Amino acid sequence: MPQELSYLKETASQTAGPYVHIGLAPGAAGFDIYKRELGWDIAGPNAKGERIRIEGLVTDGMGSPIKDVLLEAWQANADGIYAHPEHPGEVEKGFRGWGRVITDFETGEWGFDTVKPGPVMGRHGAMMAPHINLWIVARGINIGLNTRLYFSDEAEANAADPVLNLIEWERRRGTLIAHRDQQGDVPLYRFDIKLQGEDETVFFDI
Amino acid sequence: MRTQGEFYQRDRTRQPPGLTRDYKTSVSRSPQYALISLQNSASEITGPVFGHDDIDPIDNDLLLNYAQPGQSPIGERIILHGRVLDENGRPVRGTLVEAWQANAGGRYRHKKDTYLAPIDPNFGGCGRTLTDDEGYYYFRTVKPGAYPWRNWVNNWRPAHIHMSLFGTGFAQRLITQCYFEGDPLIAKCPIVNTIPDDEAIEQLIARLDLNATIPLDTIAYKFDIVLRGRRSTLFENRLEGN
Repeated sequence: MPQELSYLKETASQTAGPYVHIGLAPGAAGFDIYKRELGWDIAGPNAKGERIRIEGLVTDGMGSPIKDVLLEAWQANADGIYAHPEHPGEVEKGFRGWGRVITDFETGEWGFDTVKPGPVMGRHGAMMAPHINLWIVARGINIGLNTRLYFSDEAEANAADPVLNLIEWERRRGTLIAHRDQQGDVPLYRFDIKLQGEDETVFFDI
Repeated sequence: MRTQGEFYQRDRTRQPPGLTRDYKTSVSRSPQYALISLQNSASEITGPVFGHDDIDPIDNDLLLNYAQPGQSPIGERIILHGRVLDENGRPVRGTLVEAWQANAGGRYRHKKDTYLAPIDPNFGGCGRTLTDDEGYYYFRTVKPGAYPWRNWVNNWRPAHIHMSLFGTGFAQRLITQCYFEGDPLIAKCPIVNTIPDDEAIEQLIARLDLNATIPLDTIAYKFDIVLRGRRSTLFENRLEGN
């Protein structure tokens, strides 16, 4: 027998279930336990760049809203820097770039406030268009779904984005574009996510 | 010099697929198209960083973190402890571990849970902690009860604690469930059986750990968690490229 490889194996995923809020957003489950819940302030008070709001709905294969879904967002700041020790550069004090997003239990609508991220250096020096990474869990989702949100007002950068260009079917690329709509002072982007069916959102195996 | 590169590809043969017909809710909530495979960029290698300012020391003690002064939740007192490692066997240090569970009667403190077992006034059912320099974590809690759920007419979830893990990169993000050695409901559970690999299922079963019990006080179970490992970039161009 040849030598054995001694790698461990990744623990298997299990659904977050319908009561994910107890663990990750207990206020939404209906009780107050922590001094501070995590992930409600993505950009912090000092972040540079354009303040934006993003709203959407996650729907299932029958087109029904998924009311018990939880999303997490991970993004760079306006300079394209992630708040992480391995990413060269500085972020503003209080900028974490990570958020937790829950729905209105009656309608399934969700939304969050942040700053628009800048372009991020990708593999082999190819610039990635501004984007927010999303991770989606819920009852009935066995392993978290990864997708990316891009911005409709970045058409030029999107056309050159190495990840969008990996998607062979051009029509499907559109499922990753959030649409800008100015309402009041803060630009609002709409990003609906379809888990299944016509115009199913593109999900990534990262 | 060896530097840290991409995460090892996720072994999908040990992970549940999206569509698992015996877990009915997955049927309309699973993508039909194939996932697009993406090589890691900075967006996947990085992830949120948490510190001790984010949490309180009591947050990992579910016996105390929601109990009235001088009171305690009803149920079997347990310690759930273990290490968070990567696939190279290295500790994942300072990473956030969040846990949530039903009470000893199988009831969740959630406005959407209507099971007839009672809420325990002294039990919230959630906790969080950061791993130490060896990747070690622990919670003190009560052993959760089994409970019925609507799938087939007569499905019962085995006792379990939900666990949420971050690691150092967003590609490591993981939610799983910890089960308990000896529970006959494990083998019958359609959610457990979404996992196509028997060894991967066994890896989700915490083992009774008598060495870690506190005699005459609290029984212990050990549950190690493995997150994706990373390559060392030996010769290739750096990830950032030039």
